[in-house]
Amino acid sequence: MKKVTHRSLTTRLSLTLLALLLSFSTLTFGQEPAAADAVADAAPAADLGGDPAAGKTLFNANCASCHKLYAKATGPALFGVGDKYEKEWLYKWIRNSQELIKSGDARAVAISTEYNGAVMNAFPALSNEDIDNIIAYTYTPKPPPVVPTGATADAAGGGGGGISSDIILAVLALVFLMLAIMLYLVNKTLKRIAVANGVEYEDKERAERLPIWKAFAQNQFLVLVSAIFLLLASGYFAYGWMMQVGVDQGYAPVQPIHYSHRIHAGTNQIDCKYCHSSARKSKHSGIPSLNVCMNCHKNIAQVGDKTYQEGISEYQIDYNKEIQKLYDAVGWDRDNQRYTGETKPVKWVRIHNLPDFAYFNHSQHVTVAGVECQTCHGPVEEMEIMYQYSSLTMGWCINCHRETNVKLESNEYYAKIHESLSKEYDFPTLTAAQNGGLECGKCHY
Amino acid sequence: MKRLLNLSLIFAAALSLVGCFDESKPNYQYMPNMYEPIGYETYGEYEIFENGQSALLPAPGSIPRGWMPYDYPNTLEGKEMASAELTNPHPVTQENLDKGKELYDIYCAVCHGTKGDGQGILMKNEVFLGIPSYADRVVTDGNVYHVMMYGLNSMGSYASQTNELERWQITMHVRNLTAALTGGEPLTVVEPMEDAMDSMDSMDAMVDESHADDSHDSTDESH
Repeated sequence: MKKVTHRSLTTRLSLTLLALLLSFSTLTFGQEPAAADAVADAAPAADLGGDPAAGKTLFNANCASCHKLYAKATGPALFGVGDKYEKEWLYKWIRNSQELIKSGDARAVAISTEYNGAVMNAFPALSNEDIDNIIAYTYTPKPPPVVPTGATADAAGGGGGGISSDIILAVLALVFLMLAIMLYLVNKTLKRIAVANGVEYEDKERAERLPIWKAFAQNQFLVLVSAIFLLLASGYFAYGWMMQVGVDQGYAPVQPIHYSHRIHAGTNQIDCKYCHSSARKSKHSGIPSLNVCMNCHKNIAQVGDKTYQEGISEYQIDYNKEIQKLYDAVGWDRDNQRYTGETKPVKWVRIHNLPDFAYFNHSQHVTVAGVECQTCHGPVEEMEIMYQYSSLTMGWCINCHRETNVKLESNEYYAKIHESLSKEYDFPTLTAAQNGGLECGKCHY
Repeated sequence: MKRLLNLSLIFAAALSLVGCFDESKPNYQYMPNMYEPIGYETYGEYEIFENGQSALLPAPGSIPRGWMPYDYPNTLEGKEMASAELTNPHPVTQENLDKGKELYDIYCAVCHGTKGDGQGILMKNEVFLGIPSYADRVVTDGNVYHVMMYGLNSMGSYASQTNELERWQITMHVRNLTAALTGGEPLTVVEPMEDAMDSMDSMDAMVDESHADDSHDSTDESH
């Protein structure tokens, strides 16, 4: 029987492996025709003269800060720009657009007014050939939307990615269940054999034995010891339970917009203080107002394909929809690249909240003490969903004040205090506690 | 069979004890009267305010401490005028330069790169493209300050994240970065002069003196 289960297991495993291999192979096959199509589509552009590959490099280096191919940005979308304007005009415009506008060229003036007089930089260094290459690149067809591939990636990801551990667990549970059943069956069969062979079965003896709980109740020493143990254990658990009342460690509420600290602070290494700028000089580390989001997201309406797939398959989040939520809140009209004026505030859910009787000041810790944000807030750069990392209890504060030295560099005030204290009390170092960081009135008043 | 039942009961009880904390809700509190503030809290929700929001815009015409008027308009002409006329009113001290570098690394380096060559991490991750090097741009005091104040093309305004002094500190650092890129001369560092401090610094100094005895650094300005 044991052998049979093993055999079925191996066949099952090989089947899943086969399925996995097949799914990957279809994926790779699926990509090849698409790539071939892209090459074929790009081919006509070569007739216009110009190398799209060289054009891409030039475009990314010079144009992409203001222009996108398929959507308006600071400047117009450039897909197929060679159809709208003749080459001679484009050469002039790109080399010095301001001169062309001043010369009174009707089309130049029209485009300038359409974009509120935003000034395009002059690129006198670009040769005719360079501009041809860029124009050739603008004929690159729009890649198909990534949404459908998201689903296949999800399915394929089941073999090698996040869901695989679930499958392994399920298989393990199944194996254990089978083992348990086998054990029971074997036991039963053995009993039957024993009975058939006339071996004395121990049932009778068992019935005569004193029940275990009675034996236990008769042994007073054992009762005493277990009573003490039970009392201590329940005391321990009761204490543990009471100590967590009012502690929100691990609190991770669902926010109105799914904001990924992992992408912003992790992958893109944006400094915490870029958005939470008031942590430098205020009691509160403020939630950034949406204009700070729009400093970047005015230009980032969609995440990269890889990030998008990751969001769909690993976190079941459509990042592009989340960016759209930001646009809706701040009233940004993406198609026309302007603010509509219709705003609705985002109701973020506050995570870190000290009780009213405790005073905490961010600027004192961030600017004066130079404490890293991660010391209290944990590895935020790895958090897809923000949660409270530290307990924020008084004991936790006190421990840190005892262990952390006061930053004396470029702070004459603290340096002077340390000098006088070290003379008076013989302090080799100056911790926050020695500087009065344990006094009740510092935080409770 | 009965034993099995008992075991599963104990197991269920243990599970219910351990699995109590729901991470989408804050934990329960014991006698929360002293936890809840009576006054209005930052980012609190109170009926008295419009939308229930205690986070309000400042009253019209209010001026934050340390704020300096900036008269150049957010237009092309304004930028050219600022570029030609506006100069840094603060002394180029080592302290200002260090602070400028620190702030530059927070707010600017993600795109413009720590060297100012346009090779920031967002450029490397291809989140943004085509960020120019300072070497390819006209970098004057007024130009840099004006762009930080209002933003330019794809770049947004940084006026809400920095104050006047901080923008000038960043400007000093940008000038030095540009000099390093183009092989020019960096700004001449002067020693800080105790008497000739600019108006904002002396204002801060006055406040610091009055609070010097209670040792609480009240760096909270503009809020």
